[in-house]
Amino acid sequence: MKSALMKGVVALLLLLIPVLAAPLPARAAVTVGENFSNPATESRARNLQRQLRCLQCPGESIDESHSPFAADVRHLMRQQIAEGKSDQQIRDFLVVRYGDSILMKPPIQPSTWLLWLGPFLVLGVGGAVAAVVIKKAAAREG
Amino acid sequence: MIGELGQVSLCFALALSLVLAASGLMGARVSNTVARTVATSSAMGLLVFVALAFGVLTYAFVVSDFSVALVAEHSHTLKPLVYKISGVWGNHEGSMLLWVLVLALYAAMVAGLKRGGERLTSAALGVQGLVAAAFLLFILFTSNPFLRLDPAPFEGAGLTPLLQDPGLAMHPPMLYAGYVGLSAAFSYAAAALMVGEQGWARAARPLMLIAWIALTCGIALGSWWAYYELGWGGFWGWDPVENASLMPWLIATALLHSALATEKSGAFRTWTLLLAIAGFSLSLIGTFLVRSGVLSSVHAFASDPARGFFMMVLIALAIGGALALFAWRAPTLQGGAAFAPVSRESALVLNNVFLVASCACVFVGTLYPLVLDAINGTKITVGPPYYALTFAPIFFALLLLVPFGPVLGWKRADLKAGWRALYPALGLAGVAAVAVLAIVSPRGLAVTGAFAVAAWLIGASLLDIRRRKGARASAFAAALAHAGLGISLLGVAGTTAWRSELLTVMAPGQTAIVGPYTLRFDGVTQEKGPNYVADRAHVALMDGGKVKAMLQPENRFYPAEGQDMSDTAIRTTGLRDLYLALGDDRGGGRYALRAYVSPLAPLIWLGGLVMALGGILSLWGRIRVKEAEPKPAAPAVALAAE
Repeated sequence: MKSALMKGVVALLLLLIPVLAAPLPARAAVTVGENFSNPATESRARNLQRQLRCLQCPGESIDESHSPFAADVRHLMRQQIAEGKSDQQIRDFLVVRYGDSILMKPPIQPSTWLLWLGPFLVLGVGGAVAAVVIKKAAAREG
Repeated sequence: MIGELGQVSLCFALALSLVLAASGLMGARVSNTVARTVATSSAMGLLVFVALAFGVLTYAFVVSDFSVALVAEHSHTLKPLVYKISGVWGNHEGSMLLWVLVLALYAAMVAGLKRGGERLTSAALGVQGLVAAAFLLFILFTSNPFLRLDPAPFEGAGLTPLLQDPGLAMHPPMLYAGYVGLSAAFSYAAAALMVGEQGWARAARPLMLIAWIALTCGIALGSWWAYYELGWGGFWGWDPVENASLMPWLIATALLHSALATEKSGAFRTWTLLLAIAGFSLSLIGTFLVRSGVLSSVHAFASDPARGFFMMVLIALAIGGALALFAWRAPTLQGGAAFAPVSRESALVLNNVFLVASCACVFVGTLYPLVLDAINGTKITVGPPYYALTFAPIFFALLLLVPFGPVLGWKRADLKAGWRALYPALGLAGVAAVAVLAIVSPRGLAVTGAFAVAAWLIGASLLDIRRRKGARASAFAAALAHAGLGISLLGVAGTTAWRSELLTVMAPGQTAIVGPYTLRFDGVTQEKGPNYVADRAHVALMDGGKVKAMLQPENRFYPAEGQDMSDTAIRTTGLRDLYLALGDDRGGGRYALRAYVSPLAPLIWLGGLVMALGGILSLWGRIRVKEAEPKPAAPAVALAAE
């Protein structure tokens, strides 16, 4: 009898584990609240939100994310917009605070030159090789 | 008991894959018909045993056998049957088993179709066997799906609700059929290097096409799923997981084009081989990125280093081995086709340059943050703005050039005649640009350009179809595939430029306007699904005073998994989507609501389907022509028909 009770308790605990270990909600960010009444300012804020990445949920922008972190950042940057800071000032502020990885667009600096130029380098080298290949083939064609 | 059957099947499969590798490679070297017979039957046997193992695992999921650890961790008795089945590949171990199943399927197809010479087929089977053996070892040693749990728990932990969706149930099998399918091209290429056979490109083409079609559909399906499931209306996020499927697609597309020239005139022989190797290598790298956990964080990777390390060695061996073989044998292939600078061949060279550069862009963008972090701990994000500045212009240039390919003849063509043939399409592009500039707003340069290029592509495809009237179905494959690109581009441009959005809190009875639609919020009811409870919003789409339709976006809670999930409501006219997502409860019956109107959004995926249809036509032609070989497969429709 007693062991049946124990089994029941263990089963109940096992059932509870996933509930207790609940990860972040995967729900769309439908946040309303601190919107600017001026549509131009609001669209500027939304635009800026899209350029920032949520550091808690990879792949989502501050604009889309439902996480508390994203909500904080939205609050913070909207405060700064209200204070009259420029987009660049706000971005700089966030970078100092959270690092470069908050920017969706990687910074252009010596360590990212290869990132920015790599594709065009491949295109250039590919183009040169293509020119040689075509020229050789044309020579054979006569 | 049933779990052990799966385990035993996997062991048999491993043994057969080793036999396949040995006999296949032996059959390539000597005129040993016995080895070839053994290779053919072990390829079939491999498929049987991997399928058996997969079937056993599926059975364990269906009957909720929680004594199998994997089932206990990823399933639940209350889950609907379809998600019990899709749960098989909704986890690491099961998805690796699916991976090997697809690999075995392609090995069986190589054996069954017997295209190309006997030695070539045998060597290709041998390579396929090597890859299968490596991945079966990986599964058995690091990712065994049949491990037992004692005592078996009373209930399973469930499947993450994000994966409990029909789109995502189908997405992984489709994607795997695509990028694991590139293994066939890889095996044929390696085989061609070993036996020095020239005809491999024709032999491999049907399987390349099947892989490409599946990959195209898989990517479209994944993008569609992200659109309706993630709740923010985006269709492509340049997420590393998405990129992992896009890279093989770009190279497979380049391969299909290059192989065409190789088949036709023997041009680009070594390059086509290299592309076949690169395509599957990128599939392997993609599998590594997604499966090792290195993407989500370096810590996920470190938490189970055995898997990542094993896979890294495996990939290094496969890619390194293939490249070494290439370096050793490729120079012996006689190459050097002759063609004029203005010709179909030259157009295909350009096609490949742009496709490879776009792939390089995705490759660099995906791996750079990982590499930089590993080198000096610098953390950066490579997000959509990066791809807008690099991938977009390169791919755009490619799209501009696409219509020239089909109007230029092989060997030597007339550029002026080609231009003349395209004039109507150019006119259509001009009309589209003017229309965008004159009628709609906002009317940025990018939107105008995108619409003009889309019209250019679709117009050129229509001309191509008219020119080939009366030819057999497969002659229209390229036209359809290229038109599909244009249709997708229309969708992307329309929804990016003209999406309207409404973000609001509504009380029951309130109305709101988004784009051309008037919405009335009729409140929220509590509903009970099979394994979730939901807040279901009732939103009426109004037409004058009448209700035209009801939309019911939901927020679901899955108690077994303890997770929230939103379920969007989409109403489409085929040309425009109305998209609703429900937000949180604001008290007093008031709810936050997000509504989008996305013009032309459905075209994004329709374009993908049209592209795949193009592939299917081409495949159809190949199968029909098989009896009539070795006649050239594609009818040379000359421009002279103008």
